[in-house]
Amino acid sequence: MPEAAAVEKIAVNINVNGKAYSRQVEPRMLLVEFVREACDLTGTHVGCDTTYCGACTVLMNGLAVKSCTMFAVQADGSEITTVEGLEKGGKLHPIQKAFGDSYGLQCGYCTPGLMLSAHQLLSENPEPNEKEIRKAIAGNTCRCTGYMNIFKAIELAGRNMKGA
Amino acid sequence: MIGQLGEGAKFIAGGQSLIPLLKLRFANPEHLVDLNFIPGTSFIKEDSVALRFGAMTRHAEIERSTLAQKIPLLHDCAAGIADVQVRNRGTIGGSLAEADPSGDWANALITLDTTVRCLGRKGARAIDLRDFIKDAYTTALEHDEVVTELEVKIPPPGSGGAYLAFKRSAPVYPSASVAVQLTLADDTCQNAAIALGCVGLTAIRATEAETALRGKNLNDETIAAAAEAARAAADPQPDMRGSADYKRQLVVALVKRAIQIAARRARGEQVEGAHLYA
Repeated sequence: MPEAAAVEKIAVNINVNGKAYSRQVEPRMLLVEFVREACDLTGTHVGCDTTYCGACTVLMNGLAVKSCTMFAVQADGSEITTVEGLEKGGKLHPIQKAFGDSYGLQCGYCTPGLMLSAHQLLSENPEPNEKEIRKAIAGNTCRCTGYMNIFKAIELAGRNMKGA
Repeated sequence: MIGQLGEGAKFIAGGQSLIPLLKLRFANPEHLVDLNFIPGTSFIKEDSVALRFGAMTRHAEIERSTLAQKIPLLHDCAAGIADVQVRNRGTIGGSLAEADPSGDWANALITLDTTVRCLGRKGARAIDLRDFIKDAYTTALEHDEVVTELEVKIPPPGSGGAYLAFKRSAPVYPSASVAVQLTLADDTCQNAAIALGCVGLTAIRATEAETALRGKNLNDETIAAAAEAARAAADPQPDMRGSADYKRQLVVALVKRAIQIAARRARGEQVEGAHLYA
């Protein structure tokens, strides 16, 4: 195999969970690789790497996106929230707490992505019905739970966030 | 810029189709020119005759737009594409320029009077959507041209439409999709446009099915005749989403259902349309 030519790197500045990260990256680097490898935040998972499963879901400027289906350079100048950014001052976010309280996870691999999809939903609609919850997390695949406890967790989180 | 980079360069819009294709090595561009940072390319506007969509308008923005609800099938289409995450990134212009045979927008918009506005080094031009989509993954765009805007004529009073897609799960492409746009006078169908998606190399206008409705009263018999004509117009390939016969049967069911929703909307009813899941 001939050695691949050196690829020109591009400077990106991305704010992840309130912290500025300035890195030189290859243009082909995916946002999920930036988050996991350049920022060392491994809570965001790669499940399918085909835009199907949603395990890599993060928030970009408040909206859920699949970070395996964006280049890091495309997030230049934006604000990214990963699962690590939900907790504040050692206190779990109401969504995190509700997933625990409602047994909304088993193996946990899909959970970070589900919580960020739930975050976009609840910030737009604090009292979603089951149909709205189903629609909001239709892009997140869970192979353990059967989803029922995830619905309960998101409803509970909505109630708790409204009361907070 | 794309001119300087040469033939190996390609534009990227929302990337929700292109990035998966890059990973599969189905596309192998040397350079990508990102359209996401160009201001003023995402908008939804209305003038006296048409709705105008900036090429970089995200599916989610169309889903939320009250203006886009003036043409209900546009809302049906936008709200059902893939999932929340993909709708937050994917764009209407990118979907048309990619011309995936299973893409939603081309099939929905081909039942309306849609003009694709493009810009390249030679200047701007407007192309009727029916002439824009040439083949699977092939459009009338020159290498250095981009889509800038879609112009969709507002249908006359008494019109209603519906877009229905059948999917095995949210993130996947539909197994089959149907767009129906009707204009009624009392119960008589003045005009009908029926398009079928995912069952050919491009969206297919089922002209025989349209003829089966035009000038007729809408009833079980005429709707069934249109659905059978649509079955004959479909040209599906068997694949992981189902056999050819299964997809033809899906087309029949979707056409019937879409005509019924379109007719109710044409009569002024508010009907919620949703994509169907297995």
